[in-house]
Amino acid sequence: MDAHAHAAEHEIEIPHAVYPRPDTGLYNGKLGIWLFLASEVMLFGALFSSYILLRTGSMNWPRGYTFLNIPLATANTFILIASSVTVVLAWANLRLGNLKLGRIFITITIACALLFLVNKGIEYHHEFVEGRSPSTNNFMALYFTLTGLHGLHVIGGIVVFAYFAGPGAKMWHTDRNRYTNRIEIAGLYWHFVDLVWIFLFPTLYLL
Amino acid sequence: MAPKRQLRVGKEWMYAGDAEKLLREAMRIQEEEDARHEGHKQSFIRKYVFSIDHKWIGIQYGFTALCFLLFGFSLMLLMRLQLGWPGHSFSIMKILGESRAPGGILLPEAYNQLGAMHGTIMVFLAIVPLAVGAFGNYLVPLMIGAPDMAFPRLNMASYWCYLPGGLVMLASFAATGGTAQSGWTSYPPLSDIATEGQTWWLIGMIFLITSSLLGSVNFIVTIIQLRAKGMTWMRLPFFVWAQFVTSFLLLLAFPPLEAAGILQLMDRVAHTSFFLPSGLVVSGTKLAVAGGGNPLLWQHLFWFLAHPEVYVLILPAMGIIGEIIANNTRKPLWGYKSLVGAVGFLGFMSFVVWAHHMFMTGMGTVISAFFQTTTMIISIPSVIILTALLMSLWGGSIRFNVPMLFALAFLPMFGIGGLTGLPLGLAATDIHLHDTYYVIGHFHYVVAPGTIFAMFAGIYYWFPKITGKKMNEFLGKVHFWGSFVAINGIFMPMFAQGLAGVSRRLYDGGLQYHHAKEIAAATNPFMSISAWTLFAFQMPFILNFFWSIAFGKKAEANFWHATTLEWAATTSPPLGHGNFAVIPVVQRGPYEYSSPEYTETDYLPQHHVIGAPPATAGGGMLTAAAVAQREA
Repeated sequence: MDAHAHAAEHEIEIPHAVYPRPDTGLYNGKLGIWLFLASEVMLFGALFSSYILLRTGSMNWPRGYTFLNIPLATANTFILIASSVTVVLAWANLRLGNLKLGRIFITITIACALLFLVNKGIEYHHEFVEGRSPSTNNFMALYFTLTGLHGLHVIGGIVVFAYFAGPGAKMWHTDRNRYTNRIEIAGLYWHFVDLVWIFLFPTLYLL
Repeated sequence: MAPKRQLRVGKEWMYAGDAEKLLREAMRIQEEEDARHEGHKQSFIRKYVFSIDHKWIGIQYGFTALCFLLFGFSLMLLMRLQLGWPGHSFSIMKILGESRAPGGILLPEAYNQLGAMHGTIMVFLAIVPLAVGAFGNYLVPLMIGAPDMAFPRLNMASYWCYLPGGLVMLASFAATGGTAQSGWTSYPPLSDIATEGQTWWLIGMIFLITSSLLGSVNFIVTIIQLRAKGMTWMRLPFFVWAQFVTSFLLLLAFPPLEAAGILQLMDRVAHTSFFLPSGLVVSGTKLAVAGGGNPLLWQHLFWFLAHPEVYVLILPAMGIIGEIIANNTRKPLWGYKSLVGAVGFLGFMSFVVWAHHMFMTGMGTVISAFFQTTTMIISIPSVIILTALLMSLWGGSIRFNVPMLFALAFLPMFGIGGLTGLPLGLAATDIHLHDTYYVIGHFHYVVAPGTIFAMFAGIYYWFPKITGKKMNEFLGKVHFWGSFVAINGIFMPMFAQGLAGVSRRLYDGGLQYHHAKEIAAATNPFMSISAWTLFAFQMPFILNFFWSIAFGKKAEANFWHATTLEWAATTSPPLGHGNFAVIPVVQRGPYEYSSPEYTETDYLPQHHVIGAPPATAGGGMLTAAAVAQREA
């Protein structure tokens, strides 16, 4: 429809790629990300179920709160919640036509995500120094597997946002709506990553 | 930019049909010239390797999956030699190398490897990619009147996750200690302590799962968002419904297997013990792991995928059969609404039957009773579907062409497969039949003369669509009758063996069982000969396939006189990227054959407007333009 779609590549136009289909009220990408998140729910759902099964079958389950760093993890929780707010602000500003502010908020989101990973790294380092590794027991195995998989999701989010804040932002000048949609989709994903942590934190650190 | 802009572009297409056609033609010529200027090599890669056109991706999937199908079959051919004549030396076995078959005699561990990889390759690399990746990709956008899938690049990515996944699986044969050997189910603790090949298997699976997830998101969005104007839910061809439900199964059932795969990978690489119980003794020594794990956890996670997976294997096949039966009986499918309802209910129920694979694990009678009940319930929609397809034949003037022969054979074959499943779904009878050749016979009847016959039916049916050429009918009939007889020769004796108690994983085919020795000795050579005969009867197909692509006679656009959009509204093969010269407007349901309100031909295409010029071959575009003028 715009210069972008016809530029360089002889691409055909996919209906409802940017604007919602009237009867569903969704554009393609938004429906796609919700479906993807449904599959993510099943992925983490299976892992949380495994946690329940292994814990209920265990005679002496280690309690995370006796040795894990709760203050740091609490701080991390608030950092991720803050990043979820900033990603909404980024999208809202783009909707209002303010690319500059939008990019600033995307950058803050990335900074929060990086800070989260640094804190996580400090925790991991501490565990290894104390001699706790995935093979120690099933609690530690689950701790490293779940937080590791969550960490991979955080890294994935950083890569996506870094692209949109950097080279991907060029699209703003050719197809503003599509660019804004992309931030919305990435934001939905980011909320999910946040939500997973909100379940992980009590499961591993408090219960 | 206001939202109405895109709509207007859409409308312009409708109102200026002929101008649009010219424009398209001009763009196509321009594109060709550009491609010539850009240099041959780049355009070749863009067009044939990293293509984003759903049709080419479908062909890529199809060709790769057929190669894997043949490869998976050939592994079984070697196993059948060993089963038919245990301990004999076969010169062909020497291709496995000295480490697996010294002197042409297959070793037990090599037999296990062939068995594990036969299952894995057939399910994850052959049938699913063929049924969903190839047929779904090629046909769904065409059938719903879409220019492509909703996310063409994601579509390309899913093929390019599938292929590396397959290559990793193949490469695992070269791993130290050979490839995976714990069966396609990879049950721990054996799989946890197996050789390196199992790690490769897990990595390959993660690629394949990613591919399926990307594909399923794409299919669902495409079917919900890209249906052409007038293509309401109850006007979708049954095939599209089948693909829609299948995609939901892939989307929601695969992630738990991915989780299981990650946990097993952790067990093998990071030495965790998710699936390793305390105090496990291996080869006389206690395993040095933390313990406390649960091998049953794997089984639950695995079957949470693998039971829906069964329906992933069968639903697209049923969709194909539905299309072919309606077309070749020249009448509407019987009970379209019941079919749609049944397929949706089947999809839902398939998530709550998984533990009927685990009756023998000691889960307890309450859980067994629950899963036995749900299993009996899920047989109802299957019976509805099969009955509706069977009733569709009633009163039709049946054309016995090659696709229809395969479709007709599907019905009794799937019937046998389905009905023999009932005793397995009941906990009491399953105690006797569990893990015997009866199970092998049951699911192979569903998947081999069931799904694979449906795949062949689909290939023969849509071949003129995809290539614009005809296939040879005589060679097709040789292929059909030979395969039909031979495949029953393989699987029918399995029921007798299983009832006699022959276990499914025996290296010598059951000769070591005193009570089963006679039946094993009497049937195994015959079954093995049947397997090789089946292989021989695939030669006419392979010959026919390539010969027809190269030298086949040109087929008219709507070769089978079908009503659905992929045949009626575009050329064969369809226009380049974009599919339709003008996106058709759908007027009616998918199976208006022999309609009393239309007497010019015995088929009334979905987009044809009565009174407009007749829908001749490739004339779909004209009709669509006529619709546009009418509406104006």
